[in-house]
Amino acid sequence: MMQSAAVRQLVLLLPALGVIVLLIGVPLGLMGWVSLLEKSASAGVDWQASPGAGNYLRLVWEEDFDGRMILNPTYLVIFLRSVLQAAVTTLLCLVLGLPVALWMAGLTRTGRMVMLLLVTIPFWTNLLVRNYAWLIILREDGWTTAVLNRLWPFGPVQLLYNDAAVAIGLTYSFLPFMILPLYSVFEKFDWRLIEAALDLGATRRRALRRVVLPLALPGIVAGSLLVFIPCLGAFVTPALLGGGKTAMLGNVIQAQFGPARNWPFGAAVSIVLLAIMLAVMTAMALWRSRRAPR
Amino acid sequence: MTDAHAVTIETVSKSFGRGQSAVRVLDNVSVAIGRREFFTLLGPSGCGKTTLLRLIAGFETADGGTIRIEGADLTKAPPFHRPVNTVFQSYALFPHLTVEQNVGFALEEQGLPREEVRRRAGEALEMVRMQAFARRRPSELSGGQQQRVALARALAPRPKVLLLDEPLSALDLKLRKAMQIELKQLQAEAGITFVFVTHDQEEALTLSDRVAVMQGGRILQMGPPRSIYEAPTHRFVADFIGDINLIEAEALAGGGVRLAGGGVVPVPGATPGRVTLAIRPERARMVAPGAGVVDATLVHSAFLGTAMLHKLELPDGGSFLIREADLSAPMPERGGRVGLCLPAEALQVMQA
Repeated sequence: MMQSAAVRQLVLLLPALGVIVLLIGVPLGLMGWVSLLEKSASAGVDWQASPGAGNYLRLVWEEDFDGRMILNPTYLVIFLRSVLQAAVTTLLCLVLGLPVALWMAGLTRTGRMVMLLLVTIPFWTNLLVRNYAWLIILREDGWTTAVLNRLWPFGPVQLLYNDAAVAIGLTYSFLPFMILPLYSVFEKFDWRLIEAALDLGATRRRALRRVVLPLALPGIVAGSLLVFIPCLGAFVTPALLGGGKTAMLGNVIQAQFGPARNWPFGAAVSIVLLAIMLAVMTAMALWRSRRAPR
Repeated sequence: MTDAHAVTIETVSKSFGRGQSAVRVLDNVSVAIGRREFFTLLGPSGCGKTTLLRLIAGFETADGGTIRIEGADLTKAPPFHRPVNTVFQSYALFPHLTVEQNVGFALEEQGLPREEVRRRAGEALEMVRMQAFARRRPSELSGGQQQRVALARALAPRPKVLLLDEPLSALDLKLRKAMQIELKQLQAEAGITFVFVTHDQEEALTLSDRVAVMQGGRILQMGPPRSIYEAPTHRFVADFIGDINLIEAEALAGGGVRLAGGGVVPVPGATPGRVTLAIRPERARMVAPGAGVVDATLVHSAFLGTAMLHKLELPDGGSFLIREADLSAPMPERGGRVGLCLPAEALQVMQA
């Protein structure tokens, strides 16, 4: 009896297991394996090569002409810059998204529906098109630049092709990912708690800090992860709005699989990116489980 | 000049909505609530009692009129500048804080040192006998325990006035009875003015020093529970509080009131015309047919445990309840004729 139940369970699990193994396990394993190989002379993967950590070492060190390993900061800088860019974007999304989500939750039913629609509408447009739109908005002879130059007394403003442009583009692209989880928290929020805080002598600002923010934390964490993680790997926005000058991790990976035709190295960078994301998520999970009520 | 009252409300009005769809929730309400008084706002839902409480707390602002607390005009002051605290109907405890942190919330906002906050939060919890639960979260408490914590939280900052918005309505009957007694004791101990909102007339009568019965945004009648119960001035008040018999009658020019199909009761002071007589079921008595002011038919009798409840039919078809506390009193046959004795001092005459 027992055995047959166990067998049944396994059989029922098979489709799900199959999907996971086939669509996640195999590609990931393949990527991990490729990252340990070398590229072949004909710009593919040299499947015959003996696996080694060469690609990972190359992220940090390079061989100079004498055959010594010296520090190569290129990729380290890109890593740091990507993390920084993603962090800044996440922060911007939070600062912009929090009031919007709060405001949305306080609207009438119809108002909320309309706002949800407006927030999600950009998803229906191609990412490339949306980034080109920003290209037009921020361009040097555009009116945004013209207006800003009038207002800004210290020399001409350059809006496009820098880190700020990338931050603007990324914030725009990922803002809905911050607003939606925050909104779902505030939609269920018990507003009487704010009244209780005011009643107990807290000013509006203090009530926000002591009651609203702590209770919105799950939404803040979820939104931040949803913004931070895809931001790390973003490549369209930095390529277009950063003008190629400001490469992020996503651009490196794209270049390795594309023009550079160095799949093993691209795979290694991808694996490192994955590791960073896992580390961030694990840290978040640990931090939350420690904060959770005993 | 110091005000002898804890809360003074003068000609306060409040409407919700705008233009055509505006609803007048409070209509020119004036009340003066004394220090250390247990004052209850009683009425059905939608009568404006909760809105009045929220105006005192500062969650809503009045369209007109003034609200003074301990003599100070606080009509426009935000909630955090008012020396009042609220016990919410849903308790509204902070789910992310422990019981102790909940109770200490207001004290921390006052900027008291940590030791002082802990000491006074402990004291407040002791008052409601919840000190053993200081480290728990609200979600780990029963409804009655949450209720106590909500009370302690509102009492901890030592407000001048405590506002209670139907605080017992979520509890089951037995717990509610127990909490009623506790509330009353707590009020005596703390020496604070309580403004209590409820739709439960029994609760209002049990707890209060004074009751204001509200309907449609107005206070219909205000006074000690006994006078509200025994001498209702409005048909609504009479009907809302306890069981009551309402009899259509006609006041005579020479004094006295004539019942339909019956005799004249000597009640003075009524202006001639159509009136309604009100009498509590326990104040009327059954006598031999013809010996009372009117004869009626006994329709039904029910045993209530501590009394008998008789349902009679009057000659004009109206029904009449009699509550007989003397269980040994002779009981007439069902369907039999009885006389109805209505003592003049138990009758209330209301203009119809």
